[in-house]
Amino acid sequence: MEEQNEKDQRPKKGFKAWLQKLFAGIPLIGWLFSVFGAVLIEYFLGDLISYYLGLPKIPVLFGFLTVLKKPLLIPGIIGYLILVYGLPILLIAKSLRKPANKLAAFLDKGPVSIGAIIHLGFFYGAMHFWTDLSDYRLLVLKLTMIAIMLTLSINVINGYMGEFSCSHPGFMALGAYGASTITLLLFANDKLFGDALLPVALGFYFFPLALIGGGLIAALGALVIAIPSFRTRGDYLAIISLAFLFIVKSLIENLEFIGGPRGMSSQPNYANLPMVFTVMVLCIWIINNFVRSTMGKALNAVRDNELAAEVMTVNTRKTKIIAFMFAAFWAGVAGGLFAHVLRYVNPGSFGIQRLAEILAMVYFGGLNSVTGSIVGAVSISILSEALRPLEIYKWIIIPLLLILVMLFRPTGLIAFTEFNPKELMKPKKKRIEEQ
Amino acid sequence: MALLRVDNMTHYFEGLRAVHNYNLILEPGHIVGLIGPNGAGKTTIFNLISGIHTPTEGNIELDGHNLIGHQPHKIASMGLGRTFQNLLLWRHMTVLEHVKMACYSQLEYGVLDAFFGTRRCHREEKRITSKAMHLLETFNVAQFSSQLAVSLPYGAQRRLEMARAMATNPKVLLLDEPTAGMTPDELNRMITIIRKVHQDFDVTIFMIEHRLKFVMDLCERIQTLVFGEVIAEGTPDEIKNNPDVIEAYLGKEDVT
Repeated sequence: MEEQNEKDQRPKKGFKAWLQKLFAGIPLIGWLFSVFGAVLIEYFLGDLISYYLGLPKIPVLFGFLTVLKKPLLIPGIIGYLILVYGLPILLIAKSLRKPANKLAAFLDKGPVSIGAIIHLGFFYGAMHFWTDLSDYRLLVLKLTMIAIMLTLSINVINGYMGEFSCSHPGFMALGAYGASTITLLLFANDKLFGDALLPVALGFYFFPLALIGGGLIAALGALVIAIPSFRTRGDYLAIISLAFLFIVKSLIENLEFIGGPRGMSSQPNYANLPMVFTVMVLCIWIINNFVRSTMGKALNAVRDNELAAEVMTVNTRKTKIIAFMFAAFWAGVAGGLFAHVLRYVNPGSFGIQRLAEILAMVYFGGLNSVTGSIVGAVSISILSEALRPLEIYKWIIIPLLLILVMLFRPTGLIAFTEFNPKELMKPKKKRIEEQ
Repeated sequence: MALLRVDNMTHYFEGLRAVHNYNLILEPGHIVGLIGPNGAGKTTIFNLISGIHTPTEGNIELDGHNLIGHQPHKIASMGLGRTFQNLLLWRHMTVLEHVKMACYSQLEYGVLDAFFGTRRCHREEKRITSKAMHLLETFNVAQFSSQLAVSLPYGAQRRLEMARAMATNPKVLLLDEPTAGMTPDELNRMITIIRKVHQDFDVTIFMIEHRLKFVMDLCERIQTLVFGEVIAEGTPDEIKNNPDVIEAYLGKEDVT
């Protein structure tokens, strides 16, 4: 901490200092305003700007896809990014610095929940307009949010409790099939289960219950790993969890009444953006509450020294069961959302490939850290979408990146930190002006 | 009535007899020492009492409650605190979190409270935080409260471990070599700390120690353990002059 302060007090030169000066003193709400503004500019003027820059249409994912397909458009894309995102964000953030700080100070006085809701409201608004321009964006955004939930939940086991669990796609599959079975059976006319048992109109309101149902099924499945974890740790538990993944996968492949290897399709379209967003926020909030409480810190104690934890009155068995079931529950909920976003699931999507993806996200972002999980999930999902035109080479670049991160930061980008929403939303002083 | 009572405890590791026919009666308010050469089974006795191993035979009672067959965390929350010879601290946790963690069994909120961050959860967290800070001040480690425990100097780590053990509200405190690896200066400070704990917290202490000066200074009664059997028990003076002890323990130290 002190070292950091000393570093900050030294006079700075060059580009880095210039950048820092540019961004200093803008609270989170200021950034949200400016992002919102930039998104509005794109929403109303995007077509016009892209026409004048010679682009065929609005670049959907920051132009990555277009650039990789047609390198000639690079200048246009860069111009577009600067005109639509770069400049407006900077200008709005700078010009609204004072009122934004005032607002942040005002919100800081009130309860955290109200501040958080206002921040999230602006964030949601920006996403709403951003995704309104293209269905592809909407899909990528939803899948990213689901990835955040998955990464956070696996972080509870792999990061906070220090076990290497490979069964996460299995939990996800249980949740996906559980939730799909409930909605298809009760609220949809489909070929697998026949006519809806309840009025179809009620379906959307019961969807959260279906998600919870899926999550609970996954949590029950987690007992299969939680109970062996009393006596086994490390590599052996990893093997058990891997076995669990294969058991779940082949079970689903062989159960004909849920579609077998063909999978389940035509789930009702319940997982719209507000739904996915709300569930994700709830997931982050609840997991963050848990890991910051002493009961959640017990996971760290079990990881760092189980014997000491036990002798210091920590019920390690209960702790392990809670951790596995809790993580599996959220993986199950994420799976349920996943099934309803794609409106199709098959056993093939819950295999080793998915496991590798989730593990990459959590180790890239950082163990034992909510922020790290969010960063890891967002960067890997966006990256793997953006590099899609490279096809097979994508799976060379992303693993290489992961190796580099592991070399320079063995625990991930942002590891072992606490996520404190109150700190995050605080008004910021301009340090350079003070001196 | 004895606070901690061990009757005819015997323990085998596979075929190896580690502890044989061990008896202990710990009266409230006493400080009792357990000495013996390396490998005599002292730490095994601690592990048996604190429930980490279950004795093959015998009976252990704490304040009239039978301890056999209970999980260690249950035994600990019944009032048996302990420290470890090799400082089992948690690597990624701060000093304050260490002491708060030891209050786990005193938390009066459920898992759901922790999930939703209810008012009860916050209230309880606040309560144990102030309790933990108080303990940290007592043991003179409060200035480190937000640092990682592993980054502390060795003496402070020892004190932290004592603070952590005291946070479990023990009636009996088992100290496993509290002075291992300490300089003579730190050793004297440790004697003061143990005396203070004994008086301020009204706790009964049972300790393993290698340094005879330390044991002779603090303990009212001493047991000598050799190859899992108690060969002598008595006041420090009696032990000092016991020919068996001199032969088995002090004599051996002369050779090495």
